[in-house]
Amino acid sequence: MKDNIILRIVAKMLIPLIILFALYVQFHGDYSPGGGFQAGIIFSSALILYRLIFGLEAGDKAIPRPVLKLIASLGVLLYTGTGVAALFMGGEFLNYSVLADTPVHGQHMGIILVELGVGFTVAATMLLIFDSFAGRPLTTQDAGIEKQHD
Amino acid sequence: MIDIDIAINMLLLLFLIAMATTILRLRRMLAVAMILSLYSLLTAGLFMVMDAPDVAFTEAAVGSGVSTVLLLVTLTLTRTHYAKNTARLQWRPLIIVLLTGGALLYGVHDIALMGDINAPAHRHVADHYIAEARNETGVPNMVTAVLASYRSFDTLGEVVVIFAASIGVMLLLGDGRREHRDGDTP
Repeated sequence: MKDNIILRIVAKMLIPLIILFALYVQFHGDYSPGGGFQAGIIFSSALILYRLIFGLEAGDKAIPRPVLKLIASLGVLLYTGTGVAALFMGGEFLNYSVLADTPVHGQHMGIILVELGVGFTVAATMLLIFDSFAGRPLTTQDAGIEKQHD
Repeated sequence: MIDIDIAINMLLLLFLIAMATTILRLRRMLAVAMILSLYSLLTAGLFMVMDAPDVAFTEAAVGSGVSTVLLLVTLTLTRTHYAKNTARLQWRPLIIVLLTGGALLYGVHDIALMGDINAPAHRHVADHYIAEARNETGVPNMVTAVLASYRSFDTLGEVVVIFAASIGVMLLLGDGRREHRDGDTP
């Protein structure tokens, strides 16, 4: 679809805004609706739009697939890591109260870290799943939904 | 104000029923995917009327956004065949379905009303969350506080499930590389 100038220009204008909104939802999730899960989905939808317009190869160039896998794993690691850190600092697993000088600060810090982990994993995971589907080779028999007839 | 809420609710629910019946009658998969997306968007509207913006947000992003995209890419990967539904009306399954549906409708009367403060679900820990979440976590958004702190184990489970899902898809469908396109026989 990259030959269509309208799609290309509109996508180029929209994608930065979508990513900015995703970051807002991620880091403002403590105060307003949203959080890591929603932010991750919005972030991945921006990059899925990029893939739809400019092709999978261009998307792969923007964020290589090994990096996506790394980010997906990193999110889970960040989440469990926060829990284990609390364990080492004298609390229970995922009890953030011990992470900082006061329990409230610790809780706030823990929530932000954990939400960041959720955001990482969700964003990277959605892209990985989309790539797996979209990057699967098509055969001539399977090509396309436009051949269907009722 | 309450009347407006009820009117909006009724309108949204009517639209939901209309969409559900349309989906049942449609044979074209592409159209079904698009209407499912609209269905999710209307559900998000319903959640919004119920003052649950966090849930509405998720429903709009996941239900009508990403899952529609995934449905569409799935449709491009699969072949679809349509058969005209020529089966005659079968009485025995119909009776079973009606009985089950009737039992479920009967059960609805025992479900607590929406927003009922005496409902069992609201009498356990909800009071504590509402009263103390802000003081204990320093996070004004109570939903975030509950999801990420009080019920952190649940959220950890969800994240691991999503991660496992991506691993499963990658194992089943391959790595998403188009390079070995020719040698690959499905």
